[in-house]
Amino acid sequence: MIAALAFYLFAAILIASAVMVVTARNPVHSVLFLILAFFNAAALFLIAGAEFLAMILVIVYVGAVAVLFLFVVMMLDIDFARLREGFQRYAPIGAIIGGILFLELLLVLSGWSFADQADDLRLSPNPGASVTNAAALGRILYTDYVYLFQLAGLILLVAMIGAIVLTHRERAGTKRQDIAVQVARSGSVVLEEVPVGAGIKALGIRRPPEPEAEPPKVTHDAHHGGHH
Amino acid sequence: MTQPLLAEYFPILVFLAIAGGIALAMVGGSLLLARQKPNAEKLSAYECGFEPFDDTRRRFDVRFYLVAILFIIFDLEVAFLFPWAVSLGGIGWFGFLSMIAFLGVLTVGFIYEWRKGALDWE
Amino acid sequence: MDGFLSTPIGILAITIAQTLALLVPVLIAVAYLTLAERKVLAAMQLRKGPNVVGPFGLLQPFADALKMLMKETIVPSGANRFLFILAPMLLFMLAMLAWAVIPVNDGWAIADINVGVLYLFAISSLGVYGIIIAGWASNSKYAFLGALRSAAQMVSYEVSMGFVIVTVLLCVGSLNLSEVVRAQQNVWFFIPLFPMFVIFFISILAETNRAPFDLPEGESELVAGFFVEYSSMTFALFFLGEYANMILMSALTTILFLGGWLPPVAVEPFTWIPGPIWFALKICLCLFVFIWVRATFPRYRYDQLMRLGWKVFLPFSLVWLVITAAVLKLTGWLPA
Repeated sequence: MIAALAFYLFAAILIASAVMVVTARNPVHSVLFLILAFFNAAALFLIAGAEFLAMILVIVYVGAVAVLFLFVVMMLDIDFARLREGFQRYAPIGAIIGGILFLELLLVLSGWSFADQADDLRLSPNPGASVTNAAALGRILYTDYVYLFQLAGLILLVAMIGAIVLTHRERAGTKRQDIAVQVARSGSVVLEEVPVGAGIKALGIRRPPEPEAEPPKVTHDAHHGGHH
Repeated sequence: MTQPLLAEYFPILVFLAIAGGIALAMVGGSLLLARQKPNAEKLSAYECGFEPFDDTRRRFDVRFYLVAILFIIFDLEVAFLFPWAVSLGGIGWFGFLSMIAFLGVLTVGFIYEWRKGALDWE
Repeated sequence: MDGFLSTPIGILAITIAQTLALLVPVLIAVAYLTLAERKVLAAMQLRKGPNVVGPFGLLQPFADALKMLMKETIVPSGANRFLFILAPMLLFMLAMLAWAVIPVNDGWAIADINVGVLYLFAISSLGVYGIIIAGWASNSKYAFLGALRSAAQMVSYEVSMGFVIVTVLLCVGSLNLSEVVRAQQNVWFFIPLFPMFVIFFISILAETNRAPFDLPEGESELVAGFFVEYSSMTFALFFLGEYANMILMSALTTILFLGGWLPPVAVEPFTWIPGPIWFALKICLCLFVFIWVRATFPRYRYDQLMRLGWKVFLPFSLVWLVITAAVLKLTGWLPA
């Protein structure tokens, strides 16, 4: 009873916030509603008993992906009014795609309810409550599904390289700290242990020749004082 | 199976409600108790005594995006590691090597970004 | 009575009582942590610290709280009012919310969930929101810059934190926090995993924006960073949230590496002291190190900070993770 109630509550909030994502005027609000939607989806996972997925959803989508979204919409100054202009034009296409997806889902779900033995045909049956989610996933993900797992790794690699190719710029006039060069540099600065009282010349340490003393230039820069 | 699971998570909701209540009470209490007397100068954004030059919300260094994207990728890597760490005892050497290969692929990417200087800040 | 406690209302009442029994001490601890920090810093700088309000300044936190309460809440004219108020509340609530899964003693976790470690990891990855939202909603340059820096910094150190946590999990074989502590019955994890312990501790310094990684709030350059525009109770909530986070992260360190509620050696005089006291003592130790570090080290430069996170901690913790896994696998010490 309570589970059903919780399900409908979270599902309702999920759908409502999803609608708000699309309709909110301020893009930042859109992203915040998206985060709310993620949380409710995580709660739905919890109700279904998938606590590992629920936490991963929060960690990855809320903790990482939505942060990037927030970065982008908060600080990119996108003219969202202009983006909206095409809405009327693309609405029918979007509606058609949505309709097709809905039909497909309907077909899959109705097929599922027709076959009551389908549970037994599953490749990896539910191990039951004695095994935690994470352990159950781990038992099959890295062995039975090794190809898909490696594929995921390759996709991440492509994403990594793509991100660098698209966003990384070498720019001129910047200074970088190169630790190795700093450490390897010798000669210019040397620490020597000098016995107290001994003269420098007596130890044979030569100083670099002193630059000729220039008369101090007195400059009064009129524009100096301000910060800006 | 679902019922006890929900019961375990119920205290978190209670925590959320109580923590929210405390936070609201603190802010609300201050709003009620303290004297509110705003004026235009007081409410202007702080900029070392200058008038704000331009709008704050503007473009910024693309590198922050790059950090965010790389973070997503490594976060996913960590997400893949969690079930592996828990079940390593039961999946044999094949499971172990499978993860090593996965990490190897990502290490290639990591070396690439290192060489490209994507991790450097000046 | 027994019948009442098993009804839904009874369960609700028990949970609320448990929650308050945990949150009230945490809040008091946060209040006194602010005092302790000032006292310890003062002692390290040969000063006296607050000593006027009450004996040894013990009432100082309450004086501060009252002062904050009576101040005017200023919302800048260019700010987004709702988000501006929401951000500090969010930060504070997250710091409180995490305590739901912390096992103070054997079986004392209020919500003893199977994925406690992930829950804490998730909560700490959400902390960045309070900061970004605060920085953006204030519509001020300093706040915005501070928020950006802080977000990038927290995100950078979270990766190595994740690797460290996975290494600990390898030795535990469960995501449950109580199990993590029970696995340390024989030896606390900071001994076999000492390098990871060091990385973890430095990462949580960065994660909580503490010195020497307090660039986001660098007083001298960003005039307190993302909360420059905040005043009164909204400021106090940021402050409380930051200190509550410190305590939380110390608790996490204690659970992952310092054996949680376990006594150092399981022999007579040590076992007389109850678990929660050990737990609190270890947290205090971590907090002292937090403050000690603040008194000792100068602030990092931003490029050095990012270099340390991405180029040192990340590869090192990854390699150590693989080595740990291989050693455990070879020796057959893996938990089944």
